[in-house]
Amino acid sequence: MKKIYTCIICPNSCEIETEVSDREILSITGNLCPKGDAYVRQEILAPERTIATSVLVANGVLPLVSVRLVRPIPKNRIFDVMEEIKKIKLQAPVASGDIVRKNILGLGSDIIATRSVQAISAADPAKI
Amino acid sequence: MKEKDVIIIGGGPAGLAAAAALYKKGIHDVLILEREKNPGGILRQCIHDGFGLTRFHETLSGPEYAQRFLDEIEKYHIPYLTDTMVLGLKAGTRKIVTAASRSGLEEWSAKAVILAMGCRERTRGALGIPGERPAGVFTAGTAQAYMNLYNRMPGKEIIILGSGDIGMIMARRLTLEGAHVQAVFEVLPYASGLPRNVEQCLNDYGIPLYLSHTVTEIHGDARLKGVTVSEVDSTRTPIPGTEKFYACDTLILSVGLIPENELTSEAGGILDLHTNGAVVDENFQTSLPGVFAAGNVLHVHDLVDFVSLEAEKLADSAARYILGEPLRDCPLKISAGSSIGHVVPQRISGKTDFLLSLRVSSPHRNGRILVQQGNHIVAAHEFRRAVPAEMLQIKIPAANINCTEDLEVSVE
Repeated sequence: MKKIYTCIICPNSCEIETEVSDREILSITGNLCPKGDAYVRQEILAPERTIATSVLVANGVLPLVSVRLVRPIPKNRIFDVMEEIKKIKLQAPVASGDIVRKNILGLGSDIIATRSVQAISAADPAKI
Repeated sequence: MKEKDVIIIGGGPAGLAAAAALYKKGIHDVLILEREKNPGGILRQCIHDGFGLTRFHETLSGPEYAQRFLDEIEKYHIPYLTDTMVLGLKAGTRKIVTAASRSGLEEWSAKAVILAMGCRERTRGALGIPGERPAGVFTAGTAQAYMNLYNRMPGKEIIILGSGDIGMIMARRLTLEGAHVQAVFEVLPYASGLPRNVEQCLNDYGIPLYLSHTVTEIHGDARLKGVTVSEVDSTRTPIPGTEKFYACDTLILSVGLIPENELTSEAGGILDLHTNGAVVDENFQTSLPGVFAAGNVLHVHDLVDFVSLEAEKLADSAARYILGEPLRDCPLKISAGSSIGHVVPQRISGKTDFLLSLRVSSPHRNGRILVQQGNHIVAAHEFRRAVPAEMLQIKIPAANINCTEDLEVSVE
């Protein structure tokens, strides 16, 4: 069976043509780099995605801190992970790169903060 | 009046990259003016990842990407003023910059000015969609700021008009946060944003994209109640009889970005009607000597990586100008020919290699982009697919350019 995938790894958005039989991948063509090959193989076997969202912060200069997964998770677990992330509440200060939750839902990926949020008490009032 | 070597207008990705690059070239008397409360520009609210693949060879979220540059600004102690809105620019031998800041009206005199004001979103008013004027109609960037900076949901039943990248990214973001995104409608017969975003923001979440459709009426009173959507013909005119009503409480618009050039044109800078940015030469110098421009204020980019790289390139020539070295004259014009949306720069010397940035004006497959002087081919770039969503860059070697004829870029 032939199928065309749009690679999502980088903005080139390569159109990658694949041919797959019942048991194996017969051909992968059209990718500009090896990442495209790896993406399509993963996509055929078990699609994975990373997600980015935000987490509530108490006593921070902002109500939220942005977070992301450091490794992709199975695509069909995205909404489970979102539910789990919604339960998290942090206390300011939060530093960019802080691990917010290790190994979320046992999926082998950590959630990290992608920005810093100062505590209100430590902040310059003019910048809030 | 305070004196500076260079004033950078805008503390987003272009302004920050230009400031750090100038510092490394020995230009230390720099001041960045930023109208928001914090530097970083639009990256602050772009929490999705995918930034930095070209500039840093890894994938980062917007805030992380901005932080890389903010760390440099901090390291070099480059001063910036936030909450400072530049109101006027006069471009003489010295440039006079007037701004409203927390301390009141301030004025600086600078040897050079770097325009890094970015762009703004096209609004409902600019589209002229008929109907009521209820709450619940947002540009994609406004909805993004509500959700990612202020923890506010714009609504629950969503329709998106326009398939720009931010609109598609917001379709995914709203879905992840529990809203129901019914559909994305695009007036053009192809997606405006990158194919990867159609895949990972719409297809992944089962959100349909209807091409050649547009919103033809907005219904509601205090709050939006629904929109009428019509199919359009090849001239983008709604086809009578195709109207369909969609009940919704929120309409998100992702219908284009406009470089913000009021200051540029008031100062007398010549604008390009294709880019809506300044006309620049290979030095990124505008028609006003000593006034340079890079990033989305010059032409709307697809990726922030190219904004940073462009601003860093600008710093080469801006530094030379500030040090009093002459910049090359650029008498040769480059124009956008058949199937080309725009080209940057618009003027070159012909005596040095340069990077040509362009967009095609409609999708093409298996063709090539030709850069010509008359019948002489200066450069050819083959492609399998070229879409308007993607900015293309082609290296043009000076060796192929004659110094007398203007250049034209076209798709073959």
